[in-house]
Order: sequence, then C-alpha cells, then structure tokens
Amino acid sequence: MKKINSKLILLLALLLAMSLAVAGCGGNGAAPDQDQAGNDQPQAAKEKVLVWGRGGDASGLDPSNVTDGESAKVTINMYEGLVAYKQDSTEVIPALAKDWKVSEDGKTWSFFLREGVKFHDGTDFDAEDVVFNFERWMNEGHEYHIGGEFEYWGYMFGGYPGVVESVKATDQYTVEFTLNKPMATFLANVAMFPFGIASPEAVKEFGEDYFKNPVGTGPFEFVEWVPDSKIVLKKFDGYWGDSAKVDKLVFRSIPDNSARLMELQAGSIDIMDGITPDDVATIKSDDQFQLILRPSMNVGYLAMNVEKEPFDDVKVRRAVNMAINKKPIIDAFFAGLAKPAKNPLPPSLWGYNDAVEDYEYNAEQAKALLAEAGYPNGFKTTLWAMPVPRPYFPQPQKIAEAMQADLIEVGIDAEIVSHDWTTYLKKTESGEHDMAMLGWTGDNGDPDNFLYVLLDKDNAVKGSAGNIAFYKNDEVHDLLIKAQQEMDQEVRADLYKQAQEIIHDDAPWVPMSHSTPPIAAKKGVSGYVPHPTGVESLVTVDKN
Amino acid sequence: MIKYIIRRLVMIIPVLVGVSILAFLLIHLIPGNPAVAMLGERATPEQIAHLEEALGLNDPIYVQYGRFMGRILHGDFGRSIHSNSSVLWEMGVRFPATIELTMAAMFVAVVVGMGAGIISAVKPNSIFDHISMGTALVGVSMPIFWLGLMMIYLFGVQLKILPPSGRLDVAITLERVTNFYVLDAIITGNWVAFKDALLHLVMPAVALGTIPMAMIARMTRSSMLEVMRQDYIRTARAKGLAEKIIILRHALKNAFLPVLTVIGLQFGYLLGGAVMTEWIFSWPGIGRWIFLAIGARDFPIVQGGILLIATVFVIVNLLVDVLYTLVDPRIRFD
Repeated sequence: MKKINSKLILLLALLLAMSLAVAGCGGNGAAPDQDQAGNDQPQAAKEKVLVWGRGGDASGLDPSNVTDGESAKVTINMYEGLVAYKQDSTEVIPALAKDWKVSEDGKTWSFFLREGVKFHDGTDFDAEDVVFNFERWMNEGHEYHIGGEFEYWGYMFGGYPGVVESVKATDQYTVEFTLNKPMATFLANVAMFPFGIASPEAVKEFGEDYFKNPVGTGPFEFVEWVPDSKIVLKKFDGYWGDSAKVDKLVFRSIPDNSARLMELQAGSIDIMDGITPDDVATIKSDDQFQLILRPSMNVGYLAMNVEKEPFDDVKVRRAVNMAINKKPIIDAFFAGLAKPAKNPLPPSLWGYNDAVEDYEYNAEQAKALLAEAGYPNGFKTTLWAMPVPRPYFPQPQKIAEAMQADLIEVGIDAEIVSHDWTTYLKKTESGEHDMAMLGWTGDNGDPDNFLYVLLDKDNAVKGSAGNIAFYKNDEVHDLLIKAQQEMDQEVRADLYKQAQEIIHDDAPWVPMSHSTPPIAAKKGVSGYVPHPTGVESLVTVDKN
Repeated sequence: MIKYIIRRLVMIIPVLVGVSILAFLLIHLIPGNPAVAMLGERATPEQIAHLEEALGLNDPIYVQYGRFMGRILHGDFGRSIHSNSSVLWEMGVRFPATIELTMAAMFVAVVVGMGAGIISAVKPNSIFDHISMGTALVGVSMPIFWLGLMMIYLFGVQLKILPPSGRLDVAITLERVTNFYVLDAIITGNWVAFKDALLHLVMPAVALGTIPMAMIARMTRSSMLEVMRQDYIRTARAKGLAEKIIILRHALKNAFLPVLTVIGLQFGYLLGGAVMTEWIFSWPGIGRWIFLAIGARDFPIVQGGILLIATVFVIVNLLVDVLYTLVDPRIRFD
C-alpha cells in the first residue's frame, strides 16, 4: 500500500513538472518563432511557400476518380489534359496537345501532342500515354479501371465507354479519337480537370493506391499528403512550360470559417476561400488583405411550372418577372457579391446574349399584365424554397421571403413550401411545385451545359427533370440540338444567342442571380486569377 | 488479477459484436440512399443502380452484415465510398492525432482539476475555493466552439504566442513513424518539431480539457471534504502528523477512487466528443473524420469509426477497473 501511495505522488509530481514545462514553452519560447512565420522575411530568402486555406480536404488526388472541388483545386496543379481553359474564361486553349482538328462529320478528333514533355517520375510523355489514360477511364474491362468509379467520364461522355468508339495513337505524337456521333462539347469536356493525363507507370505501380501517389506532367509535383491537415506540392523542375513562381504550395484544411479567417489574420495562411458573407466586411476594412471575386459560372433562378395554371400563360410569367425586384434582394442576401441575372447563362460564358433586356421591375405594369391574363385580383400559389444554402442561393429561405413580399404587392399570394433537400430535388424533378427556386453551377463552360440541361424539352421528363419549369419550345429545342452538332464555335454562339431571346420572351424562369464567390488573400500575393469553374492552376501566383 | 483481466478481455468480444450490429443497423436507419448521396444531384437512375450493385446495397441486410463482419475479422474495414482509400489506413493516420489530443486534454484536466480540487477542499470556503469552484461551474457550461475561437483570437491572432490551429507548422517536416507527433519528434530527434507539436497541443488540449477539468475539480473537492471528516484523519491529526502528509498520503488516496471513475468516464467521452475541438482547431483527428463521414453517408468509415471508439471505450473502462484494485486493495474482482 505504501509503495503505491508514493508512486501515485511521484506520478502527480511528474505530471505537474511536465505541465510547467509545457506552459513555459508556451510563454516565451514561441514568440520569436511565431514572428518569423508571421512576417516571412527570413523565409523568403530560402523558399517561397504559398499556403492556401480551405474548408475541406481532398478526397483523392487522382482527378479522374474525384468529383469534389477540394480535390480538383489540388490536382489541377499537378496534371494537365490535352487541352485546358484560358486563365480567366472557359475558352479552350492548348495544353498537352499543341493543336487539334476535327473531321467534317464531327466524329474524328485528332490531337497533335507537345514533344519533350516529362512526367514527374521522369518518364517521357507521348501518344501511347494518352491512349492508356482514356482507355483506363472509359473501358470498364481495362486492367487499371480501378480505384474509383470514374464518375466524370460517365457524366460527360455518356457512360462507359460512351461516345468514344476508339482512341488510338497514329504516331508517337498524334492521338485520334473516333466518336460514334458528333459531339460539339467534346473539346470543352476534354479540357475539364478530371481528364488530366497520369503517368501510366505510376498508375501500374500503385494500383488502387494511385489516388495518394499522383504523378502528372503539371507545374507542381506531389510531396506529401497528411489527411485532413495539409497537402504539399513543390515546383516541378522538369516542367515544359513557364515554371511556377513559388517553390512550394501547401493546401491546408481548416474546416471552421471563422478559424480560417483568423489564420489569415495570424499570417499562417496566404489565401483562403469559403468566406461567409458576414466576414466580407471585415476583409474589406482590413488593409493587409485583398478581396478577390471569382467570376460567376452559376445561375440561381425561380422556375415557374408552365404545365400548371396560371403559369401556362406567358403574361402571368412576365408579370412575375416584373414583380420581383432583384437588386435589393442581392444587396441584402448575397452581401452584394452577385449580379442580377437576365439570362439562364452566366455572363462569363461564351454565347452569352448581352443584347437581351431584362424585364424591368414595375409592379404597376405587372398588375396590368395579370389583369390582362384574367387575374385582376391576383391568385394564390406556392413558392418552393430550397432548405439548404448553395453558392447560387446563399440564404434561400430569406430570399424566398423577399420574393414573396414582392409578389404580394401585385396580388400574387405565394405560400412558401420547403422539404428536406433530397425530397425537394425529387419532388421538383417530378413537377409537384408551382414555382420553385433552384440553381446550377456549370460543369464545363459550354452553354449547352446550361441551356440544354435546364431548359430543353428533352430534359422536361417527369421524375428526372433538369428542366423543372417543364418548358417545352420546339424552336428552342431545334436550336439547341443544332448547336450540339455544330463544330464551329461562332455559329454555335449565334444559335445560343437566338435561344436566349426566345427563352426571355417565353419567361419560364425569373433568372435571379449569378453569384461571385469571394476569396481573401494577403496583400503581397499577386498573379492569382480565379477561374469561373472554381478550379485553377496556381502556376502564376507569387508572393513577396 | 490476471484471471480477472483475461475474463474481462473475453467479455469484450460480445460487447463489440453488439456494437457492430448496432453500428451496422443504425447506418441503415439513416435516411437517404448512399449511392444517391455519393453521386450527387446529377446522377442518372442507371448510374445509381450501377453503384448500388457495386456496393452490394441490394443484398439482404444480414448478408451485408455477414460480409461486413467477415471482412473485419480479416482486418479489412473496407474502402471509403468517397475517396476509395482504405478505412484502416485513414484510421491509422487520424487515430493517433485524437489520442494525442485526448491525452493532453486529460493531462491538463487531471493536473489542474485535481490540484484545484485539493486546495479547495483543504481550505473550504476560502477565496481560492470560491474562485476555483466558480470557474469550474463556468467551465462545465462553456461551449467549446466559443472558448476555442476566443482562444485562437487572443493567443493566436492578437498576442501571437501560440499557433492558431493545426498540429504542426507547414514549414516543418516530420518523419512519421507512429503518427503521434510528439512521440515521432522524440524518436527522430527532431526537437524543432517536438516544441512546435507541443505548442500546437496547448490550446486544443485546454479547450477540450475544460469540461473534464471542471468535473474533476468538483469531484476531487467533494470527495476530499468527505474523507477529511473521517475519524482516521482526526486520529492522524491528533497524532501530530504534518498536514501535508495527512492530505497527500491519507486523504487523497481514499478520495481518489471516485475521481478515478470520473477520469475514466471522461476519457471515453473525450474520444467521441473531440469533434468540436478538432473542427475549431483544424485538428486532423477521428472525431471530425467520422462527423464528416456521417454527413457524406460514407458507410465504411462510420462503421469502422464507431467500432474503433467502442473498442477504446471498453478498454479504458477495463483499465479504470484494474486501477481501482491498485488504488484500493479492498476492492477484489475475483
């Protein structure tokens, strides 16, 4: 008994001593270190490290097997596809392919590859590597079609193998794709982040664990991934193009928005996304920060179910468009970080029709239109509001209330309806609503990805509708299908502009907003260009 | 004693089987189809059906459970639905982080809590007693997220004496052996990382340790007061023993038993309850991992995580029971 007793006291004494030691460390030892990290002067001479703070970790680092933005943000720095998007728009530019051509019938695509490109593992890049990657993605029977579901291949190319009949290397630096039908969006799809070319050697070596051992041809190569904590990349010395400005890139996951902002204030991260609207003012008022707005590639809208009365009457739909005052809603509920929408397409997309004039906010004229349509005293209806905030509607319930207030002004008594998110999507896809809020974020920067998905009659099928207005216009349909099969982008842009005019006249939606997500960076960070897709290479970013 | 420990270890098996069944069923009671959750808003019915098939979600539940247990017995916890990485690997990276944090929090809680409790009991109704018990009351009712953010703001942003969050400065590289950073730093002799890892532990450990600290302080105080009233203490005093010896040797030993119970229980709760702390302090641990997995309907992770926490909980309970017999030989289990 005595023995245990003295042991216990010894243990307690030890614990106390250790706690004092720890406390001591915290008191004085830390200060100089922290200052160093804070103002970066001594570090700049050695190594330039850019730290990006974000809310979540990547789910994997094999781009073909992920669908989340947090993964894409990292992989885009390590991988390159055949083609890419321009730094600030969704225009397609050369990447691993320096040129390409498409046959008359739109079914054969040839890509002419850059020579002298190396993977991070030192192997040379050529046409066979492209063939290996595409076959891995599209053929379910391929030996290395493992490590995930390759969802994006299925989404963008219509299944496995989908639209691609064959892909072959015609010589060392030429790849030829044969499609089973013309596909105008083929090029824009290939430019998406999931279709970055991986080193076949690495894929074979790591198999199912390739997702944490990524090897591409991009400006940064992989160093380390500590799950939920950080991903470290370093400048790739063998990169074929202009090399990166910083030596290291670190992606830190800091899940709490407030804690992340405090990390920026403390100086331990250089740039961050995922800012709550409430914090925008803090960032704007602090002169050690810069606020950067990402160009929008989304649309938030109020869809009117044209199959239901009274929304089958175009006059009613136009009246609703005139009744809702977008500007104050955007100022109040988007922290001003959105533009009022007038088209289904966001203005950052080619093919956007800027000539379309939005319905002017005018309650009196709206009332007159309603009277003309046979509703001099208005009517009762429902307005469905999403239960969860999305980038295109950050505060859906409050926005719904504001729209409700605008509508009652002209005599439309709209009851707000809400369901849990899954149910909401199911029920709106089945057309159970009168009016419903929803939105869309673009996948590939092609207007088809908005107009066809959201407003074509092909997608107005009850149960799985992307077109929840159930708007069916044959003229629009013909334009959109023609555009899908047309290979000349200028001709396509013109077709989309015509479609937008018709849609504007038919008014199946109230296009509400294109939100522009904010990003905060330290003052010394330069060369950062946010991309509308939310996924961008940091090769041009520098800090001082 | 050995026999008792072995018997308890054997008894753990049915408990864990029970937990595994519960974990398995609970997940199937969560609304929502994992295939839909995984594919997102844009999935076509064909894609959903395809994935359900691949995940074996169409089989009867008992078949799924059998397959699940069979794999676990082979040490295979499956692969994450979201990232397709091995659950065992993901666990191995995050579990030490949580254990390290929990141990640090318990250390803070025990040292400060017991210290405050003892002094309060020795000088009941003194100013120290009022202050420490008042603080303990506040500590019990303090929301961790608020306390955590305030600490980050004060010590991390304003005073800059502690790193705001994370486990290690991004500029420091540490070779990982056990994934217990403090331990790895010692093993590899990396003293820069050692100091940095300890500094990173301070705030989250204090935040997570606040509630158990307060409970331990209150329990120590009341238990000590109870013991101090006993006859043998009076006898010891009458014999003229030094007050220090009376308190530490005679009183504390007997007052320690209920405190040990609180410590054991709190340790178990901390493991599961670290979610908020891990969230605020960007601590890459198991709580935040399971929390996110539940939201994402990542079944294999939730199942593996629940089993892991249950196992640790059961083992900690066993340890506490064994410690009882060491502290108080009157307690016999066999």
